[in-house]
Amino acid sequence: AAGMFLRLLSDVRWRAANPKWRRMTCFRRSTSSTAEPHPVPLPAQAQVVICGGGIMGTSVAYHLSKMGWKDIVLLEQGRLAAGTTRFCAGIVSTARHMSLELKMADYSNKLYQQLEQETGVKTGYTKSGSISLAQTQDRLISLKRIASSLSVMGIPCEIITPKQVAQLHPLINIHDLVGAMYVPEDALVTSANVSLALATAASRNGVQIHERTSVSHVLVQKGRVTGVETDRGQIQCQYFVNCAGQWAYELGHSGEEPVNIPLHACEHFYLLTHPLKEPLASNLPTIVDPDGRIYIRNWQGGILSGGFEKNPKPLFTEGRNQLEIQNLQEDWDHFEPLLSALLRRMPDLEALQIMQLVNCPESFTPDMRCIMGESPTVRGYFVLAGMNSAGISYGGGAGKYLAEWMVNGYPSQNVWPLDLKRFGTLQSSRTFLRHRVMEVMPLMCDLKVPRWDFQTGRQLRTSPLYDRLDAQGARWMEKHGFERVKYFVPPGKDLLDLDQSKTFYKPDWFDIVGSEVKCCKEAVCVIDMSSFTKFEISSTGDQALESLQYLFSNDLDVPVGHVVHTGMLNEKGGYENDCSIARLSKRSFFMISPTDQQVHCWAWLKNRLPDDSNLTMEDVTWKYTALNLIGPRAVDVLSELSYAPITPEHFPSLFCKEMSVGYANGIRVMSITHTGEPGFMLYIPIEYALHVYNEVMNMGQKYGIRNAGYYALRSLRIEKFFAFWGQDLDAFTTPMECGREFQVKLEKGMQFVGQEALLEQKQNGVYKRFTMFILEDHDTDMDLWPWWGEPIFRNGRYVGKTTSSAYSYTLERHVCLGFVQHFDEKTGEELVVTTDFINQGEYEIDIAGQRFQAKAKLYPFSSLFTHRRRKDEVELSGYQRE
Amino acid sequence: FYLTPPQVNSILKANEYSFKVPEFDGKNVSSVLGFDSNQLPANAPIEDRRSAATCLQTRGMLLGVFDGHAGCACAQAVSERLFYYIAVSLLPHETLLEIENAVESGRALLPILQWHKHPNDYFSKEASKLYFNSLRTYWQELIDLNSGETTDVKEALINAFKRLDNDISLEAQVGDPNSFLNYLVLRVAFSGATACVAHVDGVDLHIANTGDSRAMLGVQEEDGSWSAVNLSYDHNAQNEREVERVKTEHPKSEEKSLVKQDRLLGLLMPFRAFGDVKFKWSIELQKRVVESGPDQLNDNEYTKFIPPNYHTPPYLTAEPEVIHHKLRPQDKFLVLATDGLWETMHRQDVARIVGEYLTGVHHQQPIAVGGYKVTLGQMHGLLTERRARISSVFEDQNAATHLIRHAVGNNEFGTVDHERLSKMLSLPEELARMYRDDITIIVVQFNSHVI
Repeated sequence: AAGMFLRLLSDVRWRAANPKWRRMTCFRRSTSSTAEPHPVPLPAQAQVVICGGGIMGTSVAYHLSKMGWKDIVLLEQGRLAAGTTRFCAGIVSTARHMSLELKMADYSNKLYQQLEQETGVKTGYTKSGSISLAQTQDRLISLKRIASSLSVMGIPCEIITPKQVAQLHPLINIHDLVGAMYVPEDALVTSANVSLALATAASRNGVQIHERTSVSHVLVQKGRVTGVETDRGQIQCQYFVNCAGQWAYELGHSGEEPVNIPLHACEHFYLLTHPLKEPLASNLPTIVDPDGRIYIRNWQGGILSGGFEKNPKPLFTEGRNQLEIQNLQEDWDHFEPLLSALLRRMPDLEALQIMQLVNCPESFTPDMRCIMGESPTVRGYFVLAGMNSAGISYGGGAGKYLAEWMVNGYPSQNVWPLDLKRFGTLQSSRTFLRHRVMEVMPLMCDLKVPRWDFQTGRQLRTSPLYDRLDAQGARWMEKHGFERVKYFVPPGKDLLDLDQSKTFYKPDWFDIVGSEVKCCKEAVCVIDMSSFTKFEISSTGDQALESLQYLFSNDLDVPVGHVVHTGMLNEKGGYENDCSIARLSKRSFFMISPTDQQVHCWAWLKNRLPDDSNLTMEDVTWKYTALNLIGPRAVDVLSELSYAPITPEHFPSLFCKEMSVGYANGIRVMSITHTGEPGFMLYIPIEYALHVYNEVMNMGQKYGIRNAGYYALRSLRIEKFFAFWGQDLDAFTTPMECGREFQVKLEKGMQFVGQEALLEQKQNGVYKRFTMFILEDHDTDMDLWPWWGEPIFRNGRYVGKTTSSAYSYTLERHVCLGFVQHFDEKTGEELVVTTDFINQGEYEIDIAGQRFQAKAKLYPFSSLFTHRRRKDEVELSGYQRE
Repeated sequence: FYLTPPQVNSILKANEYSFKVPEFDGKNVSSVLGFDSNQLPANAPIEDRRSAATCLQTRGMLLGVFDGHAGCACAQAVSERLFYYIAVSLLPHETLLEIENAVESGRALLPILQWHKHPNDYFSKEASKLYFNSLRTYWQELIDLNSGETTDVKEALINAFKRLDNDISLEAQVGDPNSFLNYLVLRVAFSGATACVAHVDGVDLHIANTGDSRAMLGVQEEDGSWSAVNLSYDHNAQNEREVERVKTEHPKSEEKSLVKQDRLLGLLMPFRAFGDVKFKWSIELQKRVVESGPDQLNDNEYTKFIPPNYHTPPYLTAEPEVIHHKLRPQDKFLVLATDGLWETMHRQDVARIVGEYLTGVHHQQPIAVGGYKVTLGQMHGLLTERRARISSVFEDQNAATHLIRHAVGNNEFGTVDHERLSKMLSLPEELARMYRDDITIIVVQFNSHVI
């Protein structure tokens, strides 16, 4: 099959005029080892240049041209679909954990299905279905979670018994199985042909395709793409799309203005066999056996089977010529564990004759999610790469989203989890990537449990207190390269090791975090929150205020020393960022955003702030260590350390003051805690960090101070119904939809981004509503814990998904946050969600197929808490003696 | 009866020894990285011996394996003495003089050899004076002979071998007033030993071989695969040249009786050996020595037994065949081993197993299916075997031990079978010799960066 599709697609007329084009191309291919004359010269300019003729490049070209952009040139250094796409196993599977990936795969499946009819190119599309096997109960839970997601998306799927598996596939040994998930509409394709079909359609729509043309680098002027330099000359363009697959990293670094595309290739092996005596039916379901780390599909009467081994082999770390991809060696010894797993799963295959062991490099990314979007540093430079071996499943959907992004300014879905801007330069070290992908590739098959952290590429960014906290039992997680404390293991207490602690049920740290939460509620805790992104924006005149007033929805023209919670909204009113801004002086502002906003927020502001040398923005993240002092006694600790009155009269909520703490001067103290609890954030110049920490801990002793971590913070903020950007909020969520109208000043006397959209929402109502759910009949000890992404049912009908969840130690219940939508019962049309709609429903949350009753709330229990706290204050005198 | 893997390991590793040449000893960087040696007994006590030493007054390293028969006395004596004879043969005239003067004036002697010994490799204290005197006589003769020419290694090796055998013979004829020593020298002379000795000095490798132990060079080909190059010829009935040699040294009338059942005079497997005076002395001499010897000797049927068709002694010589080889970068290691190894393993397998062991697992030759018809089951079997091989590599820190594990435990597929290994090692003493011979192995690793 491989031989037939390698042909020049650029010259469609030639192909149409020559009925024997297939034979001709074979001939051309075999004699084309020497340079071949290029029949079509490159155009001098184009609107878009796409680099890479694999599934991604052709899909982007296809969708762009469908959306009406015609002036597109696609360049391929070798032949179309000759890279990873050619070697791809061709399994289109919707069984994905993340709903965005699931949607992309579903779209791809539907697109490929009709592609042959649309283009006339045989894609080999077969709706074979897929069966994911579970050898353990935990795996089955994981599959059930996916099944819940698939069901509410309307994708048929079924959890089946081992016996049913045997009925669906004659060769499977089912003795070690506990169950499986059957997705009947998953498909098989010949991936190279899919790519060629997309190219054919694009080419008919006017896209010019040039093979054997390498892009050497991208030309950039004033932070914008202006053209590309190729081995056949220059093309001027406004947009460049890097779809260079495993070469995307190097292409990104080839220009003067580097674009970091963190991905790294690993060798990936699969086996091809001769047909069985009784050739396998072409519609036999694909088998995925994640516990055996393998997949098995039928292939020309025989099988194709590969997998994701525990000890992957990264390659091309030094960067290499693309031709090397042809010379990769088969490594049978490396494949042995996968072959063993295959024969264990299908013992009857022993006598089957081997055809080939294929070694095809696949690119992996640091977080196992693909990379798409526009470069934060070069405008007009788009990327779509790093498919983590799911290129054919995502190809259609990812291409569509990127095309929408380019044409409309943003895709039709929230794609933040895949946005290139979630990475910065810190993820672009070769060593980091090499180490990380060695962890990522095995993860493809590992059980995905809540709260797992990457183990490689760690301790890159740390707070100056890292060693101090570590010595006190800190357990760490990582965000954007920054080490953050999860919780502190008390001395003498031991937790399970990493592998054993993987669970879908109550985790072993439950009581530890519980006591940290208790301390936050009753005394005072310190959480190191230095990872937060911190910008300073200042100007000589009023430029800073004016610009920020335009870019942020809340009113920033507040007295100096006030802190404002505000969204940074897009034109549709959606949150691009959710931050706290302190007005340090008339002309300068201090802005605090979530950790992973460092690149995105910077790029967003850079692109929108006026080009004015009197207006400066500086990233001061690294300059400050941030300590969060949470709890009713925080005020006592701080006042003793600063000899300054900190009572609410002198230091009201949402206030910011520079003061001295201990010997250290110039500490920015803000009366916010990001949790709804009383307390203060201390922004400390890093050289004072250790001093201030020591002072706080010493002074705090008599108030029962202790260290706490992010898990406690999380529990606190979720029970207080605090939404977090990146988790609950995204570019498709407006303040109106999450009960934050009070953070929007529609009447602040000047226009701001998103204002119109918000006004419209205010008038017409919202179509989804951020809601808090308290699980009613959920047994914390025995039942599966919610995570996020669980479907929400109202009166038995699907209305949305959760976005985060936590156990509330105060309520002694699980709290889930999520969005409720209102679909018309007959048409499925989205209707306005009213308060009544929320309040007058019976709710259930579906955790891995099991539904739990939940009570919906639109407001937190704050009044209840206030009451409790007063009562607690009386009891606290006893607490101190503990 | 079944041995657990740790028990098997403790048996296999009991005699292992490793020596690494210090990397920066201030002098020339050595062409030898180091060596691993080990031996596994089948006889009780074991009749094999091994020696290794660095020459201190000349350059080079000496390594040797010695396979004794009719007892271990001769092999023991040769393992103690031969390297001194070689070292002395190699010494320049001035050094010999210096040594002699030191002995004469009772000054401290220049050390000649630095031994690399396993704790079980003992030297006989009682005989040291006797041995020393014989050696001193040798170097005194060398001083007198002073040819003025630089010493040729090949010649030195031949001379040393012959001289030691001669001394063994003489000491037995002369006897010793000390009855223990008297019995010792007789046992040494009446038992026998083969010797295979390597002398490495820079890129010059000399192998001196007497008997049927063997030296083999492990060569890594350009494609990474391993091949074996023989650096010695076995002196036994399988070696036509050797049979020819024996025949030309004796009258035609004896032609038929010289080699019978692949043995010299129908009795002895090796065609060259130290000791074995029964094949060297005249009948009269043998009778005289035995009769005047101690009772133990007289009671021994073996010593009294005169080989049949014994007409024109000597039938046996200790003169070695010496092969000189210039080391090349692809020459990675040298294996010296007694016939106990070569009986069970082909040299090609030895080369591969040691080569793969020394270079690490990943250099195992990759498998390619190519155009062959291979089923998944066959491939799976093959890969499982290769994995087993890898895991046995990790068990051993000593190449010689690793080789013994294979020699004793290999099944028909060429992989170590623990069950077989356990059986072979738990054989009772009296049965062990039926299934296997003593095995002694030295693996010398060369430093390709220097060569």
